[in-house]
Amino acid sequence: MNLFEIIRFAFRGLSINKLRTSLTTMGIMIGVMSVIVLIAVGNGSSKAVQDSLDRLGTNSIQIRSGGGFVGGGGIQGARSRGRSSTSKPLTILDAVALVDKVNAPSIKQAAPIANATATCVNGTSTSTPSTFSGTWPSYFEAANSRIAKGTYFTNDDVTQARRVAVIGNTTATELFGSENPIGQVVRCGGIPFTIIGTTEVKGSTGFQDGDSIFLAPITAVQNSITGFVPLSSIIVEAKNSKVTDLAQAEITTILNTRHGIKAGGTADYQLFNQASLLTTSASSSKVFTVLLGAVAAISLLVGGIGITNIMLVTVVERTREIGIRKAIGAPKRIILAQFLIEATILSLVGGLMGVIGGFVGSHFMIVGVQPVIVPSSVFLAFGVSILIGVFFGSYPASRAASLRPIEALRHE
Amino acid sequence: MPDLVIDVRNAVKQYGVGAASIFALDDVSLQISPGEYVAIMGPSGSGKSTLMNIMGALDNMTSGKYFLDGIEISAMDENSLSIVRGRKIGFIFQSFNLIPRTSALANVELPLAYQGIKSAERKLRATKALEVVGLADRMSHEPTELSGGQQQRVAVARALATRPALLLADEPTGALDSKSTHDLLDLFDQINEAGRTVIVITHEHDVAMRAKRTIRMRDGKIISDELNSGKVA
Ligand SMILES: Nc1ncnc2c1ncn2[C@@H]1O[C@H](COP(=O)(O)OP(=O)(O)OP(=O)(O)O)[C@@H](O)[C@H]1O
Ligand SMILES: [Mg+2]
Repeated sequence: MNLFEIIRFAFRGLSINKLRTSLTTMGIMIGVMSVIVLIAVGNGSSKAVQDSLDRLGTNSIQIRSGGGFVGGGGIQGARSRGRSSTSKPLTILDAVALVDKVNAPSIKQAAPIANATATCVNGTSTSTPSTFSGTWPSYFEAANSRIAKGTYFTNDDVTQARRVAVIGNTTATELFGSENPIGQVVRCGGIPFTIIGTTEVKGSTGFQDGDSIFLAPITAVQNSITGFVPLSSIIVEAKNSKVTDLAQAEITTILNTRHGIKAGGTADYQLFNQASLLTTSASSSKVFTVLLGAVAAISLLVGGIGITNIMLVTVVERTREIGIRKAIGAPKRIILAQFLIEATILSLVGGLMGVIGGFVGSHFMIVGVQPVIVPSSVFLAFGVSILIGVFFGSYPASRAASLRPIEALRHE
Repeated sequence: MPDLVIDVRNAVKQYGVGAASIFALDDVSLQISPGEYVAIMGPSGSGKSTLMNIMGALDNMTSGKYFLDGIEISAMDENSLSIVRGRKIGFIFQSFNLIPRTSALANVELPLAYQGIKSAERKLRATKALEVVGLADRMSHEPTELSGGQQQRVAVARALATRPALLLADEPTGALDSKSTHDLLDLFDQINEAGRTVIVITHEHDVAMRAKRTIRMRDGKIISDELNSGKVA
């Protein structure tokens, strides 16, 4: 009896009981699909956490004058605990010096920030943005601030000290309600500013409303509100989140040289970054991954038990049939081959359908999470279900095929 | 050709151990020559089916030896037995034992397929066997679409299709009416006249009388073994 004929036997065996065949296939399919989707949901939500952190700007490093002041972002690279008598303030030239492809290859860009406190008025509405800053256009990218409506201000606006501003969502709502703020004029500290853009909603970082923000060209702010006082800070964007440490080292080298700080001396500035946030996100997504891994393992186990169960029931049902086949002269190996092929077809078809189902299911939002498929989970789920299907499809059959025909025939 | 088609020596079949053990066969010896037509009778539980299953190489025994056509079956392992079952023996069960949801033709083809016979010849031989049992017009029917007598005839066709030298039937007429019984016995006569050995278990006296030799069993032992009057062995 050749292989082709055994395969035909296997297909006939499968088609004889269509209900059993489709139930088994469906069991395998659901097992594979649920594992793929579950892991994709876990992966998707940890990606979402990462994305929102990225949106808050995990690449950015803040440089502030002096020491001793510890901000919410964590303290990095600060060696001084008190303002040194020789301390130099941060200047626009410092910011310019940091954008240096040779000495600071990890730094993408830098923007000086001059902070002010001002209350803005539009008719009867007022707003005091928690961040009221004069800066450069490069700020937007460095701080990961994207424009939702309108435009950024330009380098030309900075040169000309134009009184234009980009505001955050909170500030816009406080001043204009549901009206379109673009083109409107507000008075901040008595000075009129034309709103040219609004930033995308950033959300809260936990200690500050990222959307209570008012950004204008640094020249305009210094001219009309703060006067030419030293910079509050410089914001630096590292090339990516992996090189923030390198970028910090480069900043330290450049600023130490510029501020005349010798090795071992105390710095007159401090670096802040989102490292602590990154650490938190890393550990929380690790916990999440472990948790979902456990859930996936359990569902794979449950799915496996389901497959095993159906396969065992199938073989118990078919032990009599195996007895008949043996009684009329079927060699054990042909019975085995038939059942092995049947189990393989079932597992393959069910597994493939599960993979397709997993891919389709992962296209939908699930409990507010956009699932992102992990390729290894597809292979794992597919592989395990095939192994279970093939093993439990053929092992009990091999036991039944080892029985004497009379024993198999007596099987109830 | 050896002198004996069946040579059972001191067969013992014991079920269970200790005080609760039962001897389904208790030191049974039996010799049958080629071309014989033998009926086995005896009360229920006397060990008829047990003996038949051993002769059909479907079951093993606790002790004793069994030679089929001079080959020692009792010394063979399960794997090699499939050839013996397929080529030498046609076994007819009381309960038909057809493969469910499979057409009569496919059922009859099955033992041929396991012998590696090609599809075309298989179909031809299976069709012929079904014609012999008078089921030419029922070949594509599944077991549930056939009457008990028709199912039994499919089982007979399946046993005949491989042209075995030995036909074993365990109460083949138990589930049949008198007409079907009569047809089946005529068929057995034909088969026997063609030179094959036929062994039939039965409870019915007139069925046994169609055979040439009757063996009676009780409590796992053969209590009588005689030629039927008016027949020649
Ligand atoms: N699997 C088994 N386990 C235990 N005892 C068994 C088993 N099979 C048969 N027996 C016993 O062996 C004895 C012989 O059984 P067997 O089936 O050979 O009887 P029989 O002569 O064919 O009876 P019947 O005419 O009712 O078919 C009986 O006492 C039966 O209970
Ligand atoms: Mg019996």
